[in-house]
Amino acid sequence: MSAHHGPAKGFTRWLTTTNHKDIGTMYLWFSFAMFILGGAFAMVIRAELFQPGIQIVDPEFFNQMTTMHGLVMVFGAIMPAFVGLANWLIPMMIGAPDMALPRMNNWSFWILPPTFLMLASTLFMDGGAPNYGWTFYAPLSTTYAPPSVTYFIFAIHLMGLSSIMGSINIIATVVNMRAPGMTYMKMPLFVWTWLITAFLLVAVMPVLAACVTMMLMDIHFGTSFFSAAGGGDPVLFQHIFWFFGHPEVYIIILPAFGVVSQIIPTFARKPLFGYDSMVYATASIAFLSFIVWVHHMYTVGIPVAGELFFMYATMLIAVPTGVKVFNWITTMWQGAMTFETPMLFCLGFVFLFTIGGFTGVMLSLAPVDFQYHDSYFVVAHFHYVMVAGAVFSMSAAVYYWLPKWTGKMYDEGMGKAHFWISFIGFNLTFFPQHFLGLAGMPRRIPDYALQFSDFNMMSSIGAFIYGASQLLFLFNVLRTILAGKPAPAEKAWEGAEGLEWTLPSPAPYHTFTTPPNVK
Amino acid sequence: MHLQAKRLSKLALSPVLMLLSMLGTAAWAEEAQRWQTNLTPGVTELGAKIYDLHMTVFWICVWIGVVVFGLMFYSILTHRKSLGAKPADFHESTSVEIAWTVVPFIILIVIAFPATKTLLEVYDTDDADLDVMITGYQWKWKYEYIDPNGDNVSFFSNLRTGKTEIYNEDAKGQHYLLEVDEPMVLPVNKKVRFLVTANDVIHAWWVPALAVKRDAIPGFINETWTKATQTGIYRGQCAELCGKDHGYMPIVVNVVEEAEYKNWLNEKKSQAAEIKALMSKNFSLDEQMAAGKEVYDKSCAACHGANGEGGVGKAIAKSPIATGALATHLDVGVNGVPGTAMQAFGGQINDVEMAAVITYQRNAFGNNMGDVVQPIDVYNFKQGK
Ligand code: HEC
Ligand SMILES: [Cu+2]
Repeated sequence: MSAHHGPAKGFTRWLTTTNHKDIGTMYLWFSFAMFILGGAFAMVIRAELFQPGIQIVDPEFFNQMTTMHGLVMVFGAIMPAFVGLANWLIPMMIGAPDMALPRMNNWSFWILPPTFLMLASTLFMDGGAPNYGWTFYAPLSTTYAPPSVTYFIFAIHLMGLSSIMGSINIIATVVNMRAPGMTYMKMPLFVWTWLITAFLLVAVMPVLAACVTMMLMDIHFGTSFFSAAGGGDPVLFQHIFWFFGHPEVYIIILPAFGVVSQIIPTFARKPLFGYDSMVYATASIAFLSFIVWVHHMYTVGIPVAGELFFMYATMLIAVPTGVKVFNWITTMWQGAMTFETPMLFCLGFVFLFTIGGFTGVMLSLAPVDFQYHDSYFVVAHFHYVMVAGAVFSMSAAVYYWLPKWTGKMYDEGMGKAHFWISFIGFNLTFFPQHFLGLAGMPRRIPDYALQFSDFNMMSSIGAFIYGASQLLFLFNVLRTILAGKPAPAEKAWEGAEGLEWTLPSPAPYHTFTTPPNVK
Repeated sequence: MHLQAKRLSKLALSPVLMLLSMLGTAAWAEEAQRWQTNLTPGVTELGAKIYDLHMTVFWICVWIGVVVFGLMFYSILTHRKSLGAKPADFHESTSVEIAWTVVPFIILIVIAFPATKTLLEVYDTDDADLDVMITGYQWKWKYEYIDPNGDNVSFFSNLRTGKTEIYNEDAKGQHYLLEVDEPMVLPVNKKVRFLVTANDVIHAWWVPALAVKRDAIPGFINETWTKATQTGIYRGQCAELCGKDHGYMPIVVNVVEEAEYKNWLNEKKSQAAEIKALMSKNFSLDEQMAAGKEVYDKSCAACHGANGEGGVGKAIAKSPIATGALATHLDVGVNGVPGTAMQAFGGQINDVEMAAVITYQRNAFGNNMGDVVQPIDVYNFKQGK
C-alpha cells in the first residue's frame, strides 16, 4: 500500500483525517471518555445518596452533579457513541468508500472535545457548573442561574452544530452512496434506523438551539421570553425544550434498535423477522415522537383537552414499539442460538428495555402520572430505556464489531463477566428506584426521609458495581487491541450477514473503492 | 453518645415495628413506610381511583410480560445450537404482524377509558368548599386561606429539621426532612381547591396521600383540588427542582375535624388582629430591642451571626447600612438585595417584627444609633410614603 493511501503519521493523522474509520474511532473513544466522566458524576450522586443526611457534597454541588451527569451522558456519551458507530459501519454496510462529506465529518467530530472541555470547565468557575438539571427549566436556568450558564448555552449550540453536521452527512451518504442493487428496502436495519434518526436530529436540533438562544436573550439582552413578569411564560420554555427533548429520546434509542436488529439474527442464525414492519415501525415511532412532548409536562396545567390528546398519542407509541419487541423475539424463535457476549447484551436489552416500555405505558396515563411525575419512578423508567437500552446495545455493538475493527478477538470470558456484572449492577441500581418513586421520593434531592434509606443504599451499591464493571469493559477492549488473538479472516461470527463481513479483518483503511454488487 | 442515639433511632425503626404499623392502613396512608414498594391509595376517593388505574395497568403489563418473556425464555432455553437446534427459515408473516399490531391497540383503548374518566375528575375543580392559595418560595411554602370577606389568613411553612440532623451531628428524628414549623390545616370531607403559584422559580406541590401534584409556576396560577376522607397528618415534598434547597421544602398537611379546623382558623385570625392592634402602638427602645433580638436570632442570625459579625451575610456591626439612613436600611430589610442571599423579608415577617428587628440592628452590636422604628414606619415605607 502506498503512503498516499494509508493514514498519515502521528497526531496529524487524527487531527486532519477525513477517513470514516478514523473519525468513527475517535467518536467512540471520545464517547467512552465522556461515559466515564458522566459515570464519575453518577458515582458522586450515589455516594451522597448512600445514606440520609449530607455526607460528601453539599446540596449546591449535588445539583451540579445531577445536571452534569445528564448533560454529559446524553450529549457527550450516548449520542457521539452512535455517531461513531454510524461512521464506522454505514459506509461498510452500504458498500460505500467513505462518508459523503468527509471534511465536514472531521469538523463535526473536532467540535466536540473543546465543547465538552468548556462545559467541564464550568465546574471550576465562580458560582459553579450548571445546577438546574439537564432539562434546564427557566427561570431556574435564566434569572436564577450561575454565571456559567452562558458557557453552557454556547456548549449546547456547538453540540447542536456537530449533531446537525453529522446527521446531514449520514443522510447524504445513505441517499447517494449505496452500492448498486442496495435498494432502500435492502439496507441493513442499522442504516435505516440511523437514516430516520438523522432526519429527527436535523428537525429538532435547531429547536434546541432556538431554546437556548431565547435563554441567552433573556439573560443578557433584557428580553422576557420565559419570564412572566415581562409578559413571557416559563411554560413556553418547557414546550420548546420537550419539542426537542422527546424526539431526542428516540434519537438515542432508534440506533440502538438498529444495533439489536443486526445482532440478534446473527446469533439466532436466522434472518430478522418482519424486516418491512421493522422499518415501518421505526418510521411511525419517529413520527409519533413529534406529537407527544407534553407527556413530560402533564402537571404544568395544560387544559384537559390538550392533556387528553397527548395522552392518547403517547399511549399509541406502545404499538410500534411492541411490534419491534415481538419481531426480535420471533427472530430468536426456532433459531439455533448461541450466547456470545454481544448476544447476551442484546438479550439483556430486549428484556430490560421492555420493562422500561411497560413503565412507559404506565407513565403515559396522565391521571396516574400526577403521582409518578418527577419521582424516582421516572428516574427508574428512563434509565431502563437509556442504560439498558442505549448503553447495553452500545456494549453489544462494540463486542460484535470489534473483531472487524481491530482484526483481534476480545476475551469471551471477560466479556461475559462484563455482561453479568453489568446486568446485576444495573438492576440492583435501578429496580429499587421504582419502589422509591412509588413510595414518594422526588428526584433530584440530595437528602431524603428515613423511610427511603434501605432502597437508596441498595441502589448505591448497585451503582458502584455497575460503574466498576465498565472498567472491566475498558480493560477487555484495550487488551484486545494490544494483545488480542487474531480474529477469523472475514466473518467473526458464524451467522453474520451483510457487506461489512465480506471485508477482511481488520477492515483496511479504504474499503469499497469499487462498489460491490448487491444481489 | 451520638452513636447510642443513632442506635436507638434504628431500634425505633426496627422492621418489626414498621411491619406492625404497616398493618394499620391509616398509618400507611399518612406517610411513606420503610420498604414501601407501591403507590399509596391515600385518603381521597380520587387517589383510590388513581391507585386502581395504576394497579390495573400494572397487572396488564405483568401479564403481557409473562407471555412475552415466557416465550423469550422458552426460546432461549430450547432453541439453542448447543442442543442441536437447526434454524427455521421463516422471516415474515403478515397475519401475525397484523395481530400483534391490533391486539395491543385494543388493550390500549380499553385502558384509555378509565384513564380519561379519571383525568376529567382530576381537572374538576368546581364546587369547592374552600380555597387555599399555595405559593412556592425558594425554599418554603406560603399558604393563604382565601376568605370570602377578604379576611384572609396566610403564613409560611418552613422545614423544621435542624442543620445538626442534616449534617449528621444529631440523630435524625422520625420525620426527618418531612416536618415543618407550621403545617397546612384542612377540614376533613371538604373539597378544597388549591390555587398554586410561585414567587421565584418553578416548584411543585406534591402530597401523595392527597393525590395532588401541581407545578407552582411564577406568574401563573394552577388549580387543583383534594378532598381528604380521613383525619391525619399527610406529608409530601416539593417535586420540581428549584435550586439549592429543593430537597428541603417539605409539605405537611394536617387534616382535622371541621370544628377543630374552625377553631384553628379563628385563632389564626385573632393572631392577625392582634398584630393589627400592635401596628398602631408606640414601642419604647427597650421593648423594641427585646422583641428585635428574638426576631434577629430566629430569622437573621443564621447569615449575619449571633453578634452581628457576619457570615453568609455582611456584618451588621458597624454596617454602613445599619448605621446609615433608615430608609435604606428598611429597603434592604423589606426588599432584600436582589441577586444575593439577602431575601426580601417584607413578605415573610410582619411589620411589627420588621420594626423590632431593624431597631435592634441599628442599636445592638455597638451600632447605638438611638432611633426607634415603629410598626407604622414600616407600613408607611411599604406604602411608599
Ligand atoms: C440567607 C442569608 C441571610 C439572611 C437569613 C438574612 N440576610 Fe441580610 N444579608 C445577607 C447577605 C448575603 C447580605 C449582603 C448583600 C449584599 O451583597 O449587598 C445581607 C445584607 C444585609 C444588610 C445590609 C448590610 C450591609 O452592610 O450592606 C442588612 C441591613 C440585612 N442584610 C438585614 C437582614 C435582616 C434584618 C435579616 C433578618 C430579618 C437578614 N438580613 C437575614 C444574607 C442574609
Ligand atoms: Cu421547590
